[in-house]
Amino acid sequence: MPRQTPLNAVHRAAGARMVDFGGWDMPVNYGSQIDEHHAVRTSAGMFDVSHMRAVDLEGDGARDFLRYALANNIDKLTQPGKALYSCLLRPDGHVLDDLIVYFLREDFFRLVVNAGTAEKDIAWLRDLIRDRASPLRLTPRDDLAMIAVQGPQARAKVWQAMPGSEGASRELKPFFGADVKLADGSCFIARTGYTGEDGFEIMVPASHAIALWQALVAAGVAPCGLGARDTLRLEAGMNLYGQDMDESVSPLVSGLGWTVDLASPRDFVGKASLMAAPPAQQQVGLLLLDAGGVLRAHQVVHTTHGDGEITSGTFSPTLGKSIALARLPTTVAIGDVVHVAVRDRKLAARVVKPPFARQGRALVQ
Amino acid sequence: MNLPAELKYAESHEWMRAESDGTVTIGITDHAQAALGDLVFIELPAVGRVLKANEACAVVESVKAASDVYAPIAGEVVAVNEAVTAAPESLNEDAYGAWLFRLKPAQADALAGMLDAAAYTKLIG
Repeated sequence: MPRQTPLNAVHRAAGARMVDFGGWDMPVNYGSQIDEHHAVRTSAGMFDVSHMRAVDLEGDGARDFLRYALANNIDKLTQPGKALYSCLLRPDGHVLDDLIVYFLREDFFRLVVNAGTAEKDIAWLRDLIRDRASPLRLTPRDDLAMIAVQGPQARAKVWQAMPGSEGASRELKPFFGADVKLADGSCFIARTGYTGEDGFEIMVPASHAIALWQALVAAGVAPCGLGARDTLRLEAGMNLYGQDMDESVSPLVSGLGWTVDLASPRDFVGKASLMAAPPAQQQVGLLLLDAGGVLRAHQVVHTTHGDGEITSGTFSPTLGKSIALARLPTTVAIGDVVHVAVRDRKLAARVVKPPFARQGRALVQ
Repeated sequence: MNLPAELKYAESHEWMRAESDGTVTIGITDHAQAALGDLVFIELPAVGRVLKANEACAVVESVKAASDVYAPIAGEVVAVNEAVTAAPESLNEDAYGAWLFRLKPAQADALAGMLDAAAYTKLIG
C-alpha cells in the first residue's frame, strides 16, 4: 500500500487521478495537466509535496559535517535562512540523491530530500555521523506537510490565504526561507520551487495542511498534479532524481557540475572519484524539429560524435513542441542537429542549453 | 463514464460504429482518453493499408505516454480523420466525435463478437 499525505482525501474528493510515486499515492492531474501547467506559468498553481521529507540536522559541528557530506559547498551559506541545492554523493562519485539544505542557525540546518530516497538518505547520513563520531542529531520531520505554491501571482495569493504571513515573508529573497509565526501556530516559508516560477514552498504541521490547501483554493490557486510538475521542471531545465541522475552516474554527466566544487581544497564524499575520472558525456537539452512523436526517456540519440540517450522527455506546453534532457558525448555542441530514434523513425532535434522556459517566457525558439 | 449504447467496444479500448455503407468507424473510448491525459500527437494508418485484427496501426501520445491503437477487426483503411491529427486535444474533448479511421471490414459480421456498452463498463470496472 502506498503511503498517503495528509491531503490524500482532498485530492480524491477533487477528482484527481492518483498514481504511486516513490511509494506515495499522489495526484498526477485533476483534469487537464496542460491547463495546470499554464496556471503556474501565468497565474498561480499549487502542489502537494508532502511526500518529500524534511530532515533536521542539529548540534555543534553541523556545518563541518555538511562541508564533508555534501558535494556543494555549505560555506556558500553565510546568511541565516539561505538555501543551497546539492547532491549527496557516494564514495564512487555517483548520485545518492539531490536535496535542498537551509541554513537556519550554526547548529541547525534543515535538509529536504526526495520521497523515494528518504529512508536511504537518512540511513546514509546516520552512518556518516556515526563514522565521524559526531554528536549531531538527525530528525526526520514526518510531522510536517509541504505545499509548493508557484507562479507570478503565487506570493500574493499566499498572503491572501494566510493572514499574518506577509510581514515575515515579503522580504524573503529567492532561495531564502524563514519561520513565520501565525495566530494558529508557526510555519516555515521558503521562496523556492521546482517550476522556474516565483513562489513559496510552505511547511506546516500535518494537522494544518487541509485548512491551508482549502484557503489557497479559495484564494484562486489551481491544484496541480505531478504531471504538470514534471513538464514545468523540465521546461525550467531542472533534473528529476531517478530519471536524469541516480546511483549509476556522476553529477558531472548529469548537468550538475555547477553544484560540485572541485577547485577548492575542501574534501567531500565522492570528490576523489570525480577528480580521477573526467566525464565522457554531458547533459544537454533537445528541441524536437521534426513532427512524428514526443521525446521520451530512454530513446537513443544518434550524433556524429557517437550515441547518447534521453533521460527525460515530454511535450512542452509553453513551447508547443517536444523537449528533452539528454546525455550525449562531450564533443556535441549547442546548436548541433542530432537524430532521435522514435519508434521506427529518426527525428531531427536541435541541441540547446536548458532552461527551455522560465517566468512565463520561452527561452529557446 | 460516457459510453454510447449504439457503439461496440474492444478490450483494447477502441469503439466501433457500423455505418450504413458497410464500413466501420473506429476511435478510442472516453475511458482511454481520460487515462492517457492531454493528447499532443496522433499518427494514423495510411488509406489503403490492409489490417489484421488486433494489429497495431495508430499511435496516440499524451504528455505522459505513448500508446498504440489496435485494429479491433480486420479490414482495409478507407478513410482517416486528419482533423484529429491536426488537433489531438479534440479527442480529449469528444472521444466519440473525434474518430480515428474507417475500415472496410474483411468479414460482414465483424462486429458480432464485440462488447456492448454494458460489457465494456464491466471490463473497465
